[in-house]
Formats: sequence, C-alpha cells, structure tokens
Amino acid sequence: MALIEIKNLSYTYPGASNPSIHDVSLKIEKGEFVLITGPSGCGKTTLCRCFNGLVPHFYQGEIKGEVTVSGINVLEKHTYDMAKHVGLVFQNPENQLFALSIEKDVAFGLENLGASREEMRKKVDWTLKQTGIYDIRERSPHEISGGQQQRVAIASVLAMEPDIIVLDEPTSFLDPLSAEKIFEVIYRLNKEQGITVILVEHRLDLTAKYTDHLIVMDKGAIRLEGDPRDILSNEETRLIGVGIPKATLLYQMLKKEGFNLGDKTPLSSDELADQLLEAYGQR
Amino acid sequence: MIEAENVHYSYPSKVEALKGVSLTVKDGEFVAIMGQNGAGKSTFVKHFNGLLKPTVGTMKIDGVATTQSSVAALARNVGFVFQNPDHQLFSETVEEEIGFALKNFGFDSKVVEERVTWALELLSIAQYRKTSPFLLSGGERKRVALASVLAWDPKTLILDEPTIGQDHEQKERLRQFIMQLQSQKKTIVAVTHDVEFVAECNPRVVLMKDGKIVADGVGREILTDPAMLELSSIVLPQVAQVFTKLSSLGLPKDVIDLYEAKALLLKTKARLGR
Repeated sequence: MALIEIKNLSYTYPGASNPSIHDVSLKIEKGEFVLITGPSGCGKTTLCRCFNGLVPHFYQGEIKGEVTVSGINVLEKHTYDMAKHVGLVFQNPENQLFALSIEKDVAFGLENLGASREEMRKKVDWTLKQTGIYDIRERSPHEISGGQQQRVAIASVLAMEPDIIVLDEPTSFLDPLSAEKIFEVIYRLNKEQGITVILVEHRLDLTAKYTDHLIVMDKGAIRLEGDPRDILSNEETRLIGVGIPKATLLYQMLKKEGFNLGDKTPLSSDELADQLLEAYGQR
Repeated sequence: MIEAENVHYSYPSKVEALKGVSLTVKDGEFVAIMGQNGAGKSTFVKHFNGLLKPTVGTMKIDGVATTQSSVAALARNVGFVFQNPDHQLFSETVEEEIGFALKNFGFDSKVVEERVTWALELLSIAQYRKTSPFLLSGGERKRVALASVLAWDPKTLILDEPTIGQDHEQKERLRQFIMQLQSQKKTIVAVTHDVEFVAECNPRVVLMKDGKIVADGVGREILTDPAMLELSSIVLPQVAQVFTKLSSLGLPKDVIDLYEAKALLLKTKARLGR
C-alpha cells in the first residue's frame, strides 16, 4: 500500500459556496520527493491540510472521500495522533511560532512526544545546525526576520523526525541563497533519511530539479501528474499558468528553432549548460 | 522624490539595523532593493512613509523631512504594501478592505465604488468582492493588500516582497502593471528576493548588506555579477547561470533575457557549424 492514499476527496470550507478541492485521488509512495504546484487559490494549501487531518478536524466544513496516511484513516483520527507521522510547515511562519526562545520552540514538539532530556538536546542541536539557526537559538522567534522565522518553523517540525514532511512554500520569505540551502537540507533528508517530502511551490526555477513526482493542480483538481520532465514539456502545464523554469523554457525555444539538444528536458541551468556544451562539441 | 541621507536606525533593543544609508530615487523610477535576510531592507523602506524615523541622518519625501510630517499625511502620497498581508488586512469583506483608506481620505462614495471595482479587476479578485479576506489563499490575500493600496493611487508605491505566493500569471500582470505605473511617472520601490522577477523587469537594483548599500546599478549588471550576488546571499538568474557555464565559448556573461539568450545561442551554433 502507498504511504499516502487519497480517494475521491472533495472538501468545502465552512461558509464557502464552492469546494476548495474536488474529487482528488492521489498516491504517494514512501521516499518520494513530491512537488505540488498550480495557480494561487487552486487548492494546494487545502490539500496539504488534509495530510494531517487539519482539514477537516480543525477547519470543519464538509468532506467526502478517503485519506489514508501510514495506514491510518486520517478522517477518523485526531490531528495530534498524526503529529508523529506528518510534519506540516506553514506558509506563514508566525502562525506556528509561540515560545519565548527559538530553542524552546524547536523543542516543544519533542517535549510533547515525551522525549528524554538528552535525546531532546541532541535532536534540537542537530536540527538547529541543519537549518542554520544554532547561533541565534536563545533569541525570541518574534524579534527575528521573516526568513529566520521560516527556518525556525522548519526546524521545529524536523526535530520530531516525522515520516512525512509537508512544506507549504516554506522559503517564500527567504533570500535565494538561504532558500537554496533549505531546499538542499530537505533534499538531503529525503535522500539520506528516506523522509517523504511533499513541497508546495510556485518557483520551479528553484525546486524542479529535486522532484521525482510533480503534481499540477488547477481549480481544486489535479490536472497533471508524473515525471517532471514530461509535465514541464507539456503545453497544458504552461497554459494552466505554471511558471516553467527558465532553463526548461530556453531548451524548448531552441528546440522550436531546430536546435537539437537531445530528448532530455532539462530541469536546471546545469543540465541545460551541459546539453549545450555537448551540442557545441565542447565536451 | 525619495532622498535618504546617511540614515541610521537602531531598534529599541539597540540593534543597529541601518548604518548610514544614502539613496536618491527620482520620480518615475523603479528600484528593486535586494539583499540577504536581516540586511535592513524592510527597515529602510519603512522610513519612506514615516513608519520609522531615522535615529541619525535625514529622510526626505518630495523635499520634506519625514520628521516634519505625520504617517497619515505621508500615506496619501506613499502607499506601502507589507510583506505579510495579515499585518494589514482586518475588514470583513474584500470590498470593505479596499474601500477603507479611500473613505478615510474623504473620497465620495461614487469614487470609492469606482476605485474599488477598478482595483478588484486589476488584481483578478473581483469574484471575492463580498468574501472575507481571511477565507482566501495566501497569494490572494497578498493581492487584496496590494489592491487596497493601489486603490487610492499613491504617487509612490513601496512593495515589500510583492511576488510572494504569486503564480506565474499574477507575476506577469504585476510586471506589466509596474511598467504602466512607471509610464505615469510613479515611483516604485520593491523589496524582493525574486531574482527571476527582477531579471524580467530589469529595474535599477540596490543591494544591501548589514545595514548598508553595497551596490547600486542596472539590473543586468548587478544580477550577472556572481561575487557581488553571493555576498548578498542571492543566486544568479537561471539564464545568467547558463551563460556563466558557457564562458569558455566566448559568450558574454551578462545575459538575463530569454530572447537575447536564444539569439546568442543560435548564433553560436551557426558559428561553430553545428
């Protein structure tokens, strides 16, 4: 059985006249790095809230269909029962930070899971270092920059070592180099620790290269799904309004002009540069 | 016109966020302020509408020091869209949110109605007119915040991270709108990390680091200087990344535009007889 299995899921927020997600079915296997993209308001965030039961347990509203995560029927379990399985990093870090120091914020989840003092110290330090906030660990999460807050939010979820980490535009407030570092951390956790990653992003320029499973949503439904190289070369993806990485676009523009760079659609500037050097006979 | 002269600013916690910043932005200019988290970008632009006043130095808007006028008076001319929309939204419907400042500025109800409709359509949120802003997605809330400022048509617009949470189409609309504002001689200052967006707009770029300005010039030059960008925790735009790797072929490195890139790469193909 797949790690996450969603069957015919539809959900309407209380007071809303239309469903935010409509008849969504989806399978995610253990160890995948899934990237979800699509126009703003297409239901990406709502779908993420289903993985740990925030929808419908916290948000209420009307739900139909099935959500199974790690063999657990999410619709019948409490959100706190899902905390060990699914870690959710929100778009807006302020929504999840509350402690008096960064360190305490990061330790909070572990405390609640009943970790020992030594174990907590070890995991918290490791996570603080991984996310590059070790040096500011004693400061208040409310007097640091938006970018630093985002790191704290990611760290507090990572510390619990969930099977699945769901990140909803986790680096939107970060400068590009810091964002890249965070994505590298997430990618390493995925490759080395086998943590399943579900990342919601508009900026495929920064993230397409990490994924093996790309999902394009539009108007509450999944419109395209599969290998990112196929999906990003599909004209429909562009028409839905997905921002195709510039390297991928440039490859397509050159191909249209009859410049043959091979069949592999590049997802990064490195890949495209290699293909160009090869075609120019420089390798 | 925005004139900052040797602006220093220290937060009450004594952290010195600005350490002598001087910058002049003329009417009709589009300036992107970039730099790493904590460089002082947001602190700096909060001086433009008097939200913060310099600890040392002077900040003038159209020749008047911000210490000589109130935030309310400055707001009429300098519209500020915050990084986080939740810091500025509070009304029960999107319509009320957008009309709020207009009413406060004393426009009559017919004008308010017209301006609200115009702003709703401009940012493609007309379908949410009667909806609570808090039921909208992050990207949509950001557009409500932007609409509520655009509605009163300020002469200068300060945008703190305007592209966060925006999809490709919305970014393109924002780019076109900024160009349109520029042609009307409006001044736009955007604090942004979005290198691809800046590469597409190619504005004047100001790089900040540790409370100071470290570079100031045209986007094409600054965005293709890897050493300078790394210093500010910014990565090269993707097109420039490709050209940096092709430097052995004698191609220029300062390319950020897709169409220029395409033309250069095809020309190289012909030159190498491939």
